[in-house]
Amino acid sequence: MTALTPADVDLTTVLADAHLDNPVMTASGCAAAGQELHQFFDVSELGAVVTKSVMRDPRSGRPTPRMAETPSGMLNSIGLQGPGITAFLARDLPWLLQHDARPIVSIAGSSLGEYAELARRVGNTPGVAALEVNISCPNVENRGSVFACDPFQAARAVAAVRRDTPRGVPVFAKLSPDVTSIVEVAEAVMEAGADGLVLINTLLGMHIDLTTLRPLLGGGTGGLSGPAIRPVAVRAVWQVAAALPGVPIIGVGGIRTGADALEFLLAGASAVQVGTVIFNDPSAPRRVIDELRAELAVRGFAKASDAVGFAHRSTPGGST
Amino acid sequence: MTRGTAVSRRRTTAQAARGPLQVDGEVFSVKRVGDYFHLTIVADGIAERTRPGNFVALSVGDHTSANLLRRAFSIYRVKPAGIYGGTVEVIVAAHGPGTSWLASRHRHDRVNVVGPLGRPFALPKQPVACALVGGGYGSAPLFGLAEKLRERSCTAHMVLGASTEARLFGALEAKRAASSVTVTTVDGSVGIKGVVTDPLPTLLARHDIDVVYSCGPMGMLRAVTSVATQHGAWSQTAVEEAMACGVGVCMTCVLPVVGDDNITRMVRSCVEGPVFAGDKVRWDAIGTVPAGTYGTPVSSTRP
Ligand SMILES: Cc1cc2nc3c(=O)[nH]c(=O)nc-3n(C[C@H](O)[C@H](O)[C@H](O)COP(=O)(O)OP(=O)(O)OC[C@H]3O[C@@H](n4cnc5c(N)ncnc54)[C@H](O)[C@@H]3O)c2cc1C
Ligand SMILES: Cc1cc2nc3c(=O)[nH]c(=O)nc-3n(C[C@H](O)[C@H](O)[C@H](O)COP(=O)(O)O)c2cc1C
Ligand code: FES
Repeated sequence: MTALTPADVDLTTVLADAHLDNPVMTASGCAAAGQELHQFFDVSELGAVVTKSVMRDPRSGRPTPRMAETPSGMLNSIGLQGPGITAFLARDLPWLLQHDARPIVSIAGSSLGEYAELARRVGNTPGVAALEVNISCPNVENRGSVFACDPFQAARAVAAVRRDTPRGVPVFAKLSPDVTSIVEVAEAVMEAGADGLVLINTLLGMHIDLTTLRPLLGGGTGGLSGPAIRPVAVRAVWQVAAALPGVPIIGVGGIRTGADALEFLLAGASAVQVGTVIFNDPSAPRRVIDELRAELAVRGFAKASDAVGFAHRSTPGGST
Repeated sequence: MTRGTAVSRRRTTAQAARGPLQVDGEVFSVKRVGDYFHLTIVADGIAERTRPGNFVALSVGDHTSANLLRRAFSIYRVKPAGIYGGTVEVIVAAHGPGTSWLASRHRHDRVNVVGPLGRPFALPKQPVACALVGGGYGSAPLFGLAEKLRERSCTAHMVLGASTEARLFGALEAKRAASSVTVTTVDGSVGIKGVVTDPLPTLLARHDIDVVYSCGPMGMLRAVTSVATQHGAWSQTAVEEAMACGVGVCMTCVLPVVGDDNITRMVRSCVEGPVFAGDKVRWDAIGTVPAGTYGTPVSSTRP
């Protein structure tokens, strides 16, 4: 392969019915609804802004402390604090649209009815590029077991969303890595009508405070994120891409640089999200676009889509 | 990797001279002051935007650091760009990995700065009498505040306290900056033996204080607020909650605060604080989500 100049690289990305200028997005819960990061870069330059998972009702979240720093990562137990869907649609979504950003709205429910209601209200709002379904939530109708941890429950939540979302709006299911077989869950939600997948949500973890000799987080356990989990996320993307070729995958977990983003593309992701690293560098999502362009160029990829799944090809380093 | 250019890139969007910047700063000096480290960083553009009570979020290590989260520090002093670049100064108490790394920097080392962040102290419109109460390094933001108050013909009486003399910050400078200075130490190594709230009631009465500003440990802020409220004074507290992002995107730094509508909400101390009206903070409920908080489930028992 011959090196290209970065300006020659075509970053346009197609994810089901969503057409994006580039494959770099924010990760849900790490960018709120875009306003704060707009102080550091123009959010309309991102492929998409994925908003914090919104629930039907306003939610106060878990008690503090809500985070602990861990090696190359962090634990969080925010508990989906948020304004509820009415305030979100009245205030946050219009701001994104006014600023020419492409919003992907993440929704979270505690029952199938709540998922369906959110799907209707978000899906029928003009300008929404796609829905992301956060299924890492306890199902109050099923003794609080987490939807994402069981292929059947995961599929039911996704089916409820797909049924009530207008046709042209793609629905992406975000999966938890805390399962025996992520491929099984991926197959179940695709069968239930998902248009694509987001891999991965945080891993469940814990930190014990050596002063109090008790778990540090107010919620006890928390979600592990950041570069520490990147190999787990790449593995999940790889396995699912191998089992379900052609399914649009958005990769997320520990992406810090354009090189990290390229790794996800090679494993089979068509797009990527930057999360925890924003806390280290609030300009990171914008920076990753330029870095990814450069990484593709030096390897002679004229199009980002040419790199998608490249690592699965049988001849290592074989030419395109 | 093109990180350098992206990081030092100036904000080209949104409002021109407001809001935070991200600047690839350069350490100008690190000086030991008692138990603390006085860090001066060349970071253009921060000074012009800073108001007393703002803070900066400093990154720990370089762009490969395993300590991802920025550390928050009250801004002690700023100098706008002149012959040299603009600077921002902070007072660091070194204990954990992040603060120890910052304290061990040398001249010309790089430290990435995001700031100024947060809501500053509210300033009175009238020339009123003010008390400024600082605990430990919590006195750092009070000097810039004293200057602004005196520009408005307000008096600024300082009460500085710490466990020991080595943990007292700025007692000498206070003599220049303040209308009066009272010092307390728990071990009695200097000043009154005790805590800041011991001499506070007398001071508030003697100078007929209208506004009490405070910055320091949460327990101190709570006690100062209660003294101020008893005296009928306004109270402005700069809180310290653990933060992950410092810019308002992550929801880790929340505490229960009562709004003008009397409803308690879990609010982000990095953007809606760190300065709050002391009587609006539910000090007794910090570390919990008190019953009746906006967004708590009304009846369901969550798993
Ligand atoms: C608005 C604000 C102003 C502050 N001003 C100063 C100051 O002027 N001088 C000073 O020395 N310190 C100040 N602090 C506290 C300082 O941020 C912490 O001491 C520091 O983050 C601890 O980092 P560490 O790695 O040394 O310790 P660790 O305990 O190992 O930190 C681990 C993690 O917890 C977070 N954390 C731990 N303790 C605190 C804390 N008290 N507040 C916030 N985050 C915490 C850190 O950000 C880090 O992510 C301030 C904090 C806030 C929120
Ligand atoms: C503070 C914080 C809040 C998060 N909130 C959400 C959320 O509301 N919904 C969701 O689907 N994922 C949430 N996540 C998970 C991220 O979107 C992402 O899947 C995960 O952190 C892995 O990516 P990262 O390592 O780049 O952060 C959150 C992560 C963090 C650190
Ligand atoms: S520290 Fe992230 S919202 Fe305040």
